[in-house]
Amino acid sequence: MAWEQELEPVRPVKLVLERVSKSFRSKRGATPALAEVDLTVEEGEVVCLIGPSGCGKSTLLALIAGLEFPDTGRVLVDGVPVTSPGRDRGVMFQEHALFPWLDVLGNVLFGLRLKPGLDSAARREVAKYYLHMVGLLEFAHAHVHELSGGMKQRVALARSLAPNPRVLLMDEPFASLDALTREQLYADLQRIQQTRRRTVVFVTHDVREAVCLGDRVVVLSPNPGRVRQLFEIDLPRPRDPLSLEVARQANDVMAALRSFLEPARSATP
Amino acid sequence: MRRALLPLAVLAGALLAWQLLGALGLWPGWVFPTPLQIATYLGAAIGDGSIPTAVLVTGRRLLVGYFLGVAVGLPLGFLTARAHLAARTLGVLALGMQALPSVCWVPLALLWFGQTEAAMLCVVVLGTVWSILLATEHGIRNVPPLYLRAARTFGSSGWHALVHVTLPAALPAIVAGMKQGWAFAWRSLMAAEIYVTILTGFGLGHLLHYGRELHALDQVLGVMLVIVLFGLLADRLLFQPIERLLRRRWGLTV
Repeated sequence: MAWEQELEPVRPVKLVLERVSKSFRSKRGATPALAEVDLTVEEGEVVCLIGPSGCGKSTLLALIAGLEFPDTGRVLVDGVPVTSPGRDRGVMFQEHALFPWLDVLGNVLFGLRLKPGLDSAARREVAKYYLHMVGLLEFAHAHVHELSGGMKQRVALARSLAPNPRVLLMDEPFASLDALTREQLYADLQRIQQTRRRTVVFVTHDVREAVCLGDRVVVLSPNPGRVRQLFEIDLPRPRDPLSLEVARQANDVMAALRSFLEPARSATP
Repeated sequence: MRRALLPLAVLAGALLAWQLLGALGLWPGWVFPTPLQIATYLGAAIGDGSIPTAVLVTGRRLLVGYFLGVAVGLPLGFLTARAHLAARTLGVLALGMQALPSVCWVPLALLWFGQTEAAMLCVVVLGTVWSILLATEHGIRNVPPLYLRAARTFGSSGWHALVHVTLPAALPAIVAGMKQGWAFAWRSLMAAEIYVTILTGFGLGHLLHYGRELHALDQVLGVMLVIVLFGLLADRLLFQPIERLLRRRWGLTV
């Protein structure tokens, strides 16, 4: 059937950020958010961006998404500069951002309806496939307000995956969830990532989360954001965020993060 | 069943007391009509067609004026939400006009249009349009930017984003404004009908006015009752289904 082609794994893309700088103008003048960031994310790699608040990690994601544009430098998706948001880059936000006027299925269909070359029956099949993947097929006709926080983020995940993007950009998507739900979603995400690899950029402030999910963890320093340190996480999958190996690696990352606080501490008498 | 019985009994008791008080003959009938007198008037006025005709005349004026007001107010509200200049001119004007009781438009409408249907329409439209405009502006301004950011990542922009994201997101606020606009339209039309005699059709307001001229308080009270029922019915038919939908979908109380 035609719609099944729609589910074929897509070739993941390579992301390159070249000396990207970005500042935000406000009444008090320009606030630099990112300064000369160089970063390469390989095809199919999961990169977690971590750093204290104000390090511009969400801005970095918005630049890749094409929701913001750099002042200087370039963001390249497979060598092509980003000029606008696009279906090849799915985004998941910290707040689920689901539309309350649509039911669960309608939300997952939103992106599919904008994708050319699919008839409505095919779109429904694709949407159902992803709802099944996140375990919420039986809630297809539920309203958004009837779902728990974890279920809402699952729908948001299905909605981002449905147009079959080649990159998944995730901006602290699990930050507001309880520990148990979060753990389930780590397992879901790793399972989905194992069956079909996508390039993923995952922003977080949780060190264990970063080590659990990332093939690489990128530590950013604040004011303005710069890439400070890279950690290769070479642990077998699926990973358990509470395992000893994850904890050990998380300690190293944490030490790097703490080092940003030291100068500030010693400056206060 | 039991729960309906007690309030009904209280109501029946109150009507009986009213009837008995009237029967004592302390006041003349044009000052203190009894429920039976009012019922008699209503029966006769429904029988001779004067009340059904008045309901139709008033209902038509209200519906035409109201939907015209909505049709003008929605796009203008959209304009003030999106265009800076419109917000600082039209938006400010709307805030001012909102503070003006809509009956104040009646003298102007009469001078412009004379004693015609157009004058009635003018009053209803001007009573409706400002609430709709302000509610639409408020609703669209308060659409969470996150919805539009999320929509853009799926390739939604321009007209698609307006129709599929901005308008549905603003719908609860717009419906609240439409409900307020309806109340204003209804009040302004009654004021206009009481104030202005128009030969092209006697509305409920006119019946009220002539009840006063004829010292027929049974007619006045009877027509008032019809006006109340009309308002309740309109709320039930027009707004309750939409509000129920909003509650079910959005999970909020409007």
